[in-house]
Amino acid sequence: MKYLILIYDNPASQDVWRSLPRAQRLAGLAVYANLNEELMASGEMIVTAALADHSLTTQVRVSEGRTMSVDGPYAEAKEMLAGIYLVDCDTHERAVEIASRIPEAEFGVVEVRPTMDLSAFQE
Amino acid sequence: MTGRAVEETADHRSADIGGLLRPLAPLVLSALLRRFADFDSCEDAVQEALLAATQQWPVGGVPDNPKGWLITVASRRRIELWRSDSARRRREETAALAPPPGQRVSDSDDTLTLLLLCCHPSLTMSSQVALTLRAVGGLSTVEIARAFLVPEATAAQRISRAKLRIRASGARFEASADVALGRVTAVLQVLYLIFNEGYTATSGPSLRRADPTGEAIRLTRQLHERLPDDGEVAGLLALMLLTDARRAARTDDDGLLVPLAEQRRDRWDATAIAEGAALVTTALTSAPIGPFQLQAAIAAVHDEAVHADDTDWAEILALYDLLQALAPGPMVTLNRIVALGMVQGPAAALTQLETAEDDSALSGHHRVDAVRAHFLEQLGDHDAARRHYRRAAQRILSLPERQYLEARAAALP
Repeated sequence: MKYLILIYDNPASQDVWRSLPRAQRLAGLAVYANLNEELMASGEMIVTAALADHSLTTQVRVSEGRTMSVDGPYAEAKEMLAGIYLVDCDTHERAVEIASRIPEAEFGVVEVRPTMDLSAFQE
Repeated sequence: MTGRAVEETADHRSADIGGLLRPLAPLVLSALLRRFADFDSCEDAVQEALLAATQQWPVGGVPDNPKGWLITVASRRRIELWRSDSARRRREETAALAPPPGQRVSDSDDTLTLLLLCCHPSLTMSSQVALTLRAVGGLSTVEIARAFLVPEATAAQRISRAKLRIRASGARFEASADVALGRVTAVLQVLYLIFNEGYTATSGPSLRRADPTGEAIRLTRQLHERLPDDGEVAGLLALMLLTDARRAARTDDDGLLVPLAEQRRDRWDATAIAEGAALVTTALTSAPIGPFQLQAAIAAVHDEAVHADDTDWAEILALYDLLQALAPGPMVTLNRIVALGMVQGPAAALTQLETAEDDSALSGHHRVDAVRAHFLEQLGDHDAARRHYRRAAQRILSLPERQYLEARAAALP
C-alpha cells in the first residue's frame, strides 16, 4: 500500500525552529537523515522531498485554453506544505508510525493519506 | 527496416527468451547453491547470467543446452564475485570443505526448496514477494519494480535486505521436508499476494511489464506438480485459474472494470474454468478441506452459471458458512451476508449488516456501505441507497470501483 505523508509547518513552528540552538537544529536534521536511511534500507521509500519556501509557489490555472500562472500564494495559509514522503508499506499502522517520527509531528502537522489504486472488485 | 520495427522485433525476441529463461532460473540457482551454498552471491550470479543470456542469445542464437550454459556462466560469475571480496576467502575455504552434494534431486524438489527459502518467516511480506519473483520467478529487479509500480531502487533494496536477513537467520538451501511442510502455507500466501498484485497494479504500458498474475499461476502450478496431494495448493491453483478465467470480461471496450454480475460470460475462458473446477472438485473430495479450496469452490459456482441470474446462491451461502467456521474474517462475514441477501432477500441481509458492524474491523468500512446501498436499492429506498453508495465511493481506495459506485448512485431515480 502506498501512502503519502504530508508535512506542514506554520509561521509559529518556523519561529520555533529558528530559535532552536544549533545543536538541537542539527539533531532535528539528523532525525530526518536517520529516517530516510531506514526507509531506504527497508525498501519502503518511494520518494521524499523538502519543499522550497511557500513564497516560491506558482499557482497555475487554465481557462478557455489559456494558461495563467500567478506567483506566490493568494493568502497566507495557516499551515503550509513543507515536505512529502511517498512510502510503500504493509499496513496503515506502519505509515502512521513513520509519520510520528517526523519532527514536525511535534510542532507542526503531519498527515497520512492512502493513495488510490486500480484494484478490481472484490468478488 | 525502420527503427521502430527493429525495436519491436527485438522486443518480441527478448519476450520469447524471457519465457524460456524464467522457468530455468530456479534450476540454475539450485545447481549453484548445491555447489557454493551462499544464497546472496549465487542469486546475484544467476541474475547476471540471465542478463547475459537476454543480451547474447538474440544475437548469437539459443545454445543447445540453455540450462548448462546458464550454470556455467553463473558459476564463473559467482567465483569472480567471490574472489573480488577477499574478506570472504576464509569462508570459501570452509565451504569448499563441505560434504559433496547427496543424491540427485528432481527439479520440482529444488523449486519447492527455493520457494520455502524465499518465503522464510524472518522476511516481511513485501520482501518475500520480491525475492520469490526474482529467485524463483527469474524476473529482473527492473521487471519487479515495474510490476509493483515502485522505483527500481526500492525493489532492489527489498531484495538485498531480504537476502541479508536470510543470511542472518542462518537458513540454508536444504530440503528438510518436515520443517518445510509447516511453511507451505506461507508460500501459498505469497503466491496469492503476487496473483492479486497483478490485478491491482494494472496500469501503464502493460506490453513491457512482467505479468505477476501469470507468474503466480506458473509458480503455483509447479508447486502443485510437486505436492499433488496437498488440497490447499490445488485449491489455490484452482482459485487463480477460476478468477483469471474472467480476465477478458473484466474490462469493457472503454477499459473500465465490469463487476461480476454484469460481465459478458461468453468472454470467459472455458478451458481455465474446466481445469479449475476439476482441480477443486478433486481436492475437496480427497484432501482435508481448507480456505483456498472453499474460495475456489465459490469461484467455481460463479463461473459455472451461464447467466448471473442462474448463480446458485444457496450453494455459495453454504460454502461461506463453512469458510466462516474454518477461517473467519471481516471480509468473509461481509461476503456471506451478500450471499444471504441473494437467498433470503434484502431485509434479512440488512439486519445482519447491523450486527456485523459491531465488529470494529467492519465498523465504518466502505464495503459495508456498498453492500448496504445495494440491498437498500433492492428494497426501493433510493435516497438511503444513494447516500450509502456515495459514502462508500468516498472512502474506497480503488479508482475503478469508485467510478462504479458513483455511477450506481447517479443511476438511481
